Amino acid sequence: MKQNLVLIGNGMAGVRTLEEVLKLEPEKYNITVFGEEPYGNYNRIMLSPVLASEKTIDEIMLNDEQWYSDNNITLHKGIKVTGINRARREVIGEDGTTAPYDRLIIATGSTPFMLPIPGADKYGVIGFRDISDVDTMLEASGKYNKAVVIGGGLLGLEAANGLMKQGMDVTVVHLMDRLMERQLDKPAAKMLQKSLESRGMKFLMEHATEEILGDERITGLRFKDGTEIKADLLVMAVGIKPNFTLGQESGLHCERGIVVNDTMQTFDPRIYAVGECVQHRGIVYGLVAPLFEQAKVAANHLVEHGIGRYEGTVTSTKLKVTGIELFSAGDFSGDEHTEEMVFQDIAGGNYKKLVVRDNKIIGAVLYGDTIDGTWYFQMMKDGTDISEFRNTVLFGQHHLGDSGHGDETRVAAMADSAEICGCNGICKGDIVNAITEKKLFTLDDVRAHTKASASCGSCTGLVESLLAHTLGGDYEDAPSKKPMCGCTDYTHDEVRSGMIQHELKTMPAVRDFFEWKTPDGCPACRNALNYYLLCAYPEEYEDDSQSRFINERAHGNIQKDGSYSVVPRMFGGLCTPSDLRAIADVADKYNVPEMKVTGGQRIDMFGIQKEDLPAMWKDLSEAGFVSGHAYGKAMRTCKTCVGDTWCRMGTQDSTGLGVKLEELTWGSWMPHKYKLAVSGCPRNCAEATIKDFGVVCVESGYELHVGGNGGIKVRVTDFLTKVETEDEVLEYCGAFSQLYREDAHYLERTAPWVERVGLKKIKKAIIDDEKNRKALHARFLISQKPAQIDPWKAHADGKNANEFAPIVIT
Amino acid sequence: MSDWIEITQLDEIPVLGSRVVKTDDMDIAIFRTSDDRIFAVKDACPHKQGPLSQGIVHGTSVTCPLHSWKIDLASGEALGADEGCTNVYDTKVENNMVYLRMPVD
Repeated sequence: MKQNLVLIGNGMAGVRTLEEVLKLEPEKYNITVFGEEPYGNYNRIMLSPVLASEKTIDEIMLNDEQWYSDNNITLHKGIKVTGINRARREVIGEDGTTAPYDRLIIATGSTPFMLPIPGADKYGVIGFRDISDVDTMLEASGKYNKAVVIGGGLLGLEAANGLMKQGMDVTVVHLMDRLMERQLDKPAAKMLQKSLESRGMKFLMEHATEEILGDERITGLRFKDGTEIKADLLVMAVGIKPNFTLGQESGLHCERGIVVNDTMQTFDPRIYAVGECVQHRGIVYGLVAPLFEQAKVAANHLVEHGIGRYEGTVTSTKLKVTGIELFSAGDFSGDEHTEEMVFQDIAGGNYKKLVVRDNKIIGAVLYGDTIDGTWYFQMMKDGTDISEFRNTVLFGQHHLGDSGHGDETRVAAMADSAEICGCNGICKGDIVNAITEKKLFTLDDVRAHTKASASCGSCTGLVESLLAHTLGGDYEDAPSKKPMCGCTDYTHDEVRSGMIQHELKTMPAVRDFFEWKTPDGCPACRNALNYYLLCAYPEEYEDDSQSRFINERAHGNIQKDGSYSVVPRMFGGLCTPSDLRAIADVADKYNVPEMKVTGGQRIDMFGIQKEDLPAMWKDLSEAGFVSGHAYGKAMRTCKTCVGDTWCRMGTQDSTGLGVKLEELTWGSWMPHKYKLAVSGCPRNCAEATIKDFGVVCVESGYELHVGGNGGIKVRVTDFLTKVETEDEVLEYCGAFSQLYREDAHYLERTAPWVERVGLKKIKKAIIDDEKNRKALHARFLISQKPAQIDPWKAHADGKNANEFAPIVIT
Repeated sequence: MSDWIEITQLDEIPVLGSRVVKTDDMDIAIFRTSDDRIFAVKDACPHKQGPLSQGIVHGTSVTCPLHSWKIDLASGEALGADEGCTNVYDTKVENNMVYLRMPVD
């Protein structure tokens, strides 16, 4: 027997909750929706662009009536709910319609706060909240000329801009001495005001309205100082008040909104409330981002999964006025315990301010160049320690996007034909169209529909910016914690620490303990869990080859035609004539169509058919080669330069040390690929400073560098420390490798890992704490014992033969 | 009409894994799910003909190794936002033996 779920309020928060419920358990409820407005669900925050004629109503519809019927939802539109009978569990509409409920969601949103001044009831005095307000404004703009907006906040300015676009003469009246005082500090507010003035908007700052003049229709305003101004239309945008009357009249506990707990339940546990009508932990939200998180939690609880909790949202805002880029988040004014970092170029139209406490960003105001808003905001939410890059943080995440984009990373200024995702050839126009036409909200949505950012991920920042730019900044899909994948609500860190704490030693045990939503997991979590288990229990865990990407299962790199490549390991890049002869013989024997010298100083053979792999490996194995792991999330190579054996500049035996390092680390499974290099002098011919672990030899010893990357985003290593002997290099390398293996998320390379956890933490674990370093190194050696059994030889000897042998029928 | 062809013992196909069956004119991928159901699809992803047999099996779908399209094993349809379809073939298991039925033109 299906239960009845009723939603009061056909807006973004409520409908989003229904969508989440339908996603989790489509058959659980009979759903009924009451909406006061005569429309389906539309994107309320996009009303400003509608007013400015940049978008149409159709473009901002999120759920049309078809959606309701497709999902068997009964929609009572245009019907106001007048009562909730909690004893009979029934909702009553103004026209007498009733609907019984087992569970009820109240999402009545908010209404504009109308100033209680004389004359506020005249024609032509409105708020700015729904489609009918926009209609009134559009109609007035055709007949009248003078418009006044009371309120110089986000909404007021957007309304004023829209009216101006419709050809009206607009004056903004504001009580305070600066615009958007809840989001902007003085310099940014001044810049904004100047820019709006230059477009023709007029301002009356520090003006309090005393009376609205006119007979039936407004003709003007009188201020407290006695001055007057003419007006044919007055929009009040001084704030919103949560709509909780219905909740209050039904006896639910209300303060400034309907009070809810962390599962979005009200005083009556059968009744949930989400959105702007809600007060959670003392806070009433008036922005969109929190609604989505609330919707997720409420839905999760409604389908009785019962693991999600809403813990509040840090919000950010962005003004939706075309041509003005403005971003604000968190505490932008600070206090005596905070520091400010400011970049100010008034003439160039750029202003950036970060408010920092204990080396963590707690607030940001950006004007002009706002591309880094998402980055600062992410660091705010993550509580990232910025001490390592304080001196450059204001200049932004300059490696955002692909290297070489440079100033073109300003997505707003990019042409529609500009390529955003180089892997899949997706242009800005494609992404923007998909976002608007297919109503995409999240990065994952964009990835699924356009493939942009779905391959190498280097354009993720750009796609996120586009998403924010297209939808308005408060749209950021920014859950406070990011689950491992769609199969679970737990994060990588939670799963990993839980796995060790509760001694979960198999994949089913982990999935069972953390209540996985899918029976076998998905490719993302299977690979990750297999690695985490292998890392945690190197001597016990039996590797699950079905939970490895084909490259690691077949120990070769799959190529576009389904053939494989074979790369034998050449320690430190050293080789002998007989090594080369052996490789040449193998290549001849198996008709290898193409060979290439790799960047990692070894030889790649392409175009091998899968069924030939074991035999080829057998021949290579007999010639003394082991797998080069050129296909794995594993230790790849150790690149070396010639060193002091031959080079007149060399300071140490870099080649010999490279061989030792590779002998130490080969075979090790890692969260992602992992590359080493040793350069014999600071000229750094082995490019050690863009490797995961790089050594630069100097006369007095060895400099150790970590966290470099030469790939997607070029990142120069951080200097870890300097040591004096080769033995120390080996110990530090083992310790660093193991720390990375135990701490990084699966598929996180050392570069983003170092940036996420901070170099400080790594130095603390490896440099400052000798005991810990030795323990890490010892654990690395233990894990290397089973890892250094050559997979090629094992397969040549018959392991997993079915994997390689096709069944032939004729 | 068409005939059932004997393929291999069930145990010869790894759980959550696959085998490739080579016929005269194409490759067919045979999959085994965690609850021992057997599916057969043409070993070519509708996207860029990637060998689906080399993908990761989860639930009753497989993820293509080349560009991660997710294909429903029962219908051959691409799942999620992708659009495309590959051929599917009937299978059955009797006395631990897996059979495949090829359409006859």
